[in-house]
Amino acid sequence: MVPLWMYLAVGAALFCIGAYTVLSRKNAIAILMGIELMLNAVNLNLVGFWRYQAPENMSGQAFAAFVLVIAAAEAAVGLAIIIAVYRSRRSVVVEDVDLLRW
Amino acid sequence: MVIGGITPEAFAFGLFTILTLGGALGVALNRNLVRGAVWLIVSLFGMAGLFVLLSAPFLAAVQVLVYIGAIGILITFAVMLTRSMTNLRERFTNQWWMSAIVAGLFFLFLLLGVVAPVWGSLSPDQAPAIVGTTEQLGVSFVDGNQFVLPFEVVSLLLTAAIIGAIVIARHQEEEE
Repeated sequence: MVPLWMYLAVGAALFCIGAYTVLSRKNAIAILMGIELMLNAVNLNLVGFWRYQAPENMSGQAFAAFVLVIAAAEAAVGLAIIIAVYRSRRSVVVEDVDLLRW
Repeated sequence: MVIGGITPEAFAFGLFTILTLGGALGVALNRNLVRGAVWLIVSLFGMAGLFVLLSAPFLAAVQVLVYIGAIGILITFAVMLTRSMTNLRERFTNQWWMSAIVAGLFFLFLLLGVVAPVWGSLSPDQAPAIVGTTEQLGVSFVDGNQFVLPFEVVSLLLTAAIIGAIVIARHQEEEE
């Protein structure tokens, strides 16, 4: 059986790759992809801990399912905002969206 | 059932790990956003495999349906709709090396917390044999003592988010 720490290490690596994507990209859609990667890493940790610590109690899987729903809602609203911003400013580069800056 | 010192489970774990992390690296480093979206789908598929290994078949199926089927397509659509931006060679910020250092240091920190017994020995090598089934998961969602309230709240939230997304993305000038 694969030990728990290996799953946690994969989750940690995935989270850091996602964080790097969010920090290093200018394109809003790429930033959203990085956020999806980070949410997936958290899900892997939740399910891993569930499997190795309390597999008879369904809390871990239920939490992961809720995270998944929130991720879907976030993607839908985020992409809608990106498309609306692109309509008005002809750009999806986050640095160009500075209407609220002073 | 050990072939060449590697159990089938360990082999599958390695394969899905490579898919997950390789896809994620493809997302992080690829300049072309359409290819980035395809790499994201590869990564999400590897994650579904890891869910199967963790005996969570329902989450694996939902991962394929919701993430690959819905979010992957949604991101591809967004990339296509903002096409004039994706034709540019996509630029990284000037602080990309700083981001790499931060992410790398954070990874080392997390790895230390996972491998070293800093927070006690919370990582057993053997998973318990008894596993909750998908049926129990379904019951826990409608059980009054467990997750029925969060379940209803999250379904309301999803409906509100989808309606909000339609309203935000709709053409404004067509209505008068």
